[in-house]
Amino acid sequence: MTAQAELEADQTETMTVREAIREALREEMRRDEDVYVMGEDVGRFGGVLEVTGDLFEEFGEERVRDTPIAEAGFVGAATGAAATGTRPVVEIMFSDFMGVSMEQTMNQMAKMRYMFGGKTEMPVTVRTTEGGGMGAASQHSGTVHAWIAHFPGLKAVAPGTAASAKGLTKAAIRSDDPVFIFENKMIYEREGEVPTDEDFTVPLGEASVEREGADVTVVATQRLVGESLDVAADLEGDVSVEVIDPQSLYPLDTDTITDSIGKTGRLVVADESPLSYGIHAEVATRVVENAFYSLDAPIQRVGTPDTHMPFSPPLEQEVLPDGDGVRAAIERIT
Amino acid sequence: MSDYTLETEAGRREALRRMLLIREFDTTAGERFNDGDIPGFVHLYIGEEAVGVGTCGALEPEDYVASTHRGHGHCISKGLDPELMMAELYGKADGYCNGKGGSMHIADVEAGMLGANGIVGAGPPLATGAALTIDYQDRDQVALAFGGDGSVAQGQVHEAVNLAATWDLPAIFVIENNQYGEATPVEKQHNVDNLSDTAGAYDIPGVTVDGMDVTAVYEAVSEARDRALAGDGPTLIEAETYRYRGHYEGDHEPYRDEAEIEQWRERDAIESFKERLIERGELTEAEFEEMQAEVEETIADAVAYAKDADLPDPEQAYDDMFGEPVPEIQQFASRPRADGGTEGGDPT
Ligand SMILES: Cc1ncc(C[n+]2csc(CCOP(=O)(O)OP(=O)(O)O)c2C)c(N)n1
Ligand SMILES: [Mg+2]
Repeated sequence: MTAQAELEADQTETMTVREAIREALREEMRRDEDVYVMGEDVGRFGGVLEVTGDLFEEFGEERVRDTPIAEAGFVGAATGAAATGTRPVVEIMFSDFMGVSMEQTMNQMAKMRYMFGGKTEMPVTVRTTEGGGMGAASQHSGTVHAWIAHFPGLKAVAPGTAASAKGLTKAAIRSDDPVFIFENKMIYEREGEVPTDEDFTVPLGEASVEREGADVTVVATQRLVGESLDVAADLEGDVSVEVIDPQSLYPLDTDTITDSIGKTGRLVVADESPLSYGIHAEVATRVVENAFYSLDAPIQRVGTPDTHMPFSPPLEQEVLPDGDGVRAAIERIT
Repeated sequence: MSDYTLETEAGRREALRRMLLIREFDTTAGERFNDGDIPGFVHLYIGEEAVGVGTCGALEPEDYVASTHRGHGHCISKGLDPELMMAELYGKADGYCNGKGGSMHIADVEAGMLGANGIVGAGPPLATGAALTIDYQDRDQVALAFGGDGSVAQGQVHEAVNLAATWDLPAIFVIENNQYGEATPVEKQHNVDNLSDTAGAYDIPGVTVDGMDVTAVYEAVSEARDRALAGDGPTLIEAETYRYRGHYEGDHEPYRDEAEIEQWRERDAIESFKERLIERGELTEAEFEEMQAEVEETIADAVAYAKDADLPDPEQAYDDMFGEPVPEIQQFASRPRADGGTEGGDPT
């Protein structure tokens, strides 16, 4: 690399998670004519959570396509389009609506490559929003990333920072596999430093050590990455907290997590999803399988208590996992 | 040009040959299934040959077709190789899907076959998507989905047709009304007289044709293809037809009687098309017999090939999950195997 190129590769810009995703879409659409976006009101309107924003102005209605309200139809169409040579990026407005398109997702998108003996690529990206905190109530606040991470044939990523939001979105679009991007709607305004290099990606299956520490490892996702970093900063001097953002839920970077446990011996898993049968269990199991003898304390889970997301703010706050929950979990085992 | 078209004498003979090939393939597949050679289950197309052949005769080789659970006839009509199809039915490593798909998932995307499909109603969204690719890349092609009469009740079929109609995509939807969805007659599943009546809901042309007449199907699909290529959007075609065999092999068919089957057999698509070609002086009885013998030999060869072919290695179960493999699966693929067989379970 030349000195100039190296300098450029290191350059960053401050932007929000929302802007980072939009820039990723913009760069990939500029880079590859076959990439286009579709979903409900993603065009002129710019998306209900304003992620696609001004892309319509640059790329027009052919490449930023407003669809009818028909998740099965357009997720199915994206699947057929991906199998035949284009690279659609679909937005499902709220992940709660994925039930409508689940047939096409689980029986077509996830299975076609395998059932056909490898005779098709499936370069489709599905972006969707997740999580509580907006008072949007049960049908617009769900967290379903564990479904997709669990279902064979699909890949799932969940950014926690602006940098990973951009890098994961770009990696997802460049992948020839179906990748779901789970965007927590409470962190769209969160700012961070984002590499400006147009070839910056976050490879699928790579975790990021967001903060190094020696006493306890917090594996945190989405909104809980930032909140765990705040807790770690607060506890500095008392407890040395390592914070890892897996970034990619499937495939999951087992090595980075188990290496960290080798160092700290303690694990907290913080993910805004129901506690039973989910992401927490998977991370814990991999640590038990691979680093059992390094563990010095029981594994702690921070998540939603298997309820739906209630509407009323005091109720919503009650069930939403947060930094206080992470701090309490750390304090229980250190 | 398609490798056959009903516009020429040679093309009409080829259409007849393909209908015979489908009937022989499926008759044989049924027999081999019944004697336990073919695992799983098979849905046979016998009786419906004119729909697949008339349709694909109006398509070009590069056009896309999304099929159904009753897909063997569509595959042969589209020009897939009976040997590789039979090998797939037998679960062999060199079948179309390396043995991973079987009867209900035969696919060859390169050849325009987007797959038979185990989910009723799942093909139309895929064809709409293929039509989106075509439109997006300005290609001169169309995408066509077959669906059964039963599929018309599925929500995703409505979504797919509406999307294709709203976006004027080069798509064609062919409903094979074989009078039953499994055991339930069509009038117990739908309120309309003709399934093409639903086209009105999308403001697209809807036509009902005699699905026992290969020419009628061909003409309707040709017109739909011209329309699609001209940028005027999709057409919904209902082809009225009949399956002679049960829904699947082993169906004891309490829902119909011999007399009903006989009535349809009197209008048999192969028989009537053959008679027509003979009347027109385009075929002799002797040539027909020669054609029949040649088709029987092709299918006998396909069975011999399939029987002889190797089964996949157990490790191949881990192939093709992703373009870029993941460690979660690789750990199973790469573990040492003492017996060469599958143990399943934990990767130690
Ligand atoms: C979503 C879904 N529901 C149910 C079934 C079970 N099933 C398989 S074939 C079939 C009947 C389909 O009827 P039709 O669409 O008329 O096709 P035909 O079998 O007559 O060709 C049913 C109910 C299925 N495969 N998929
Ligand atoms: Mg039917």
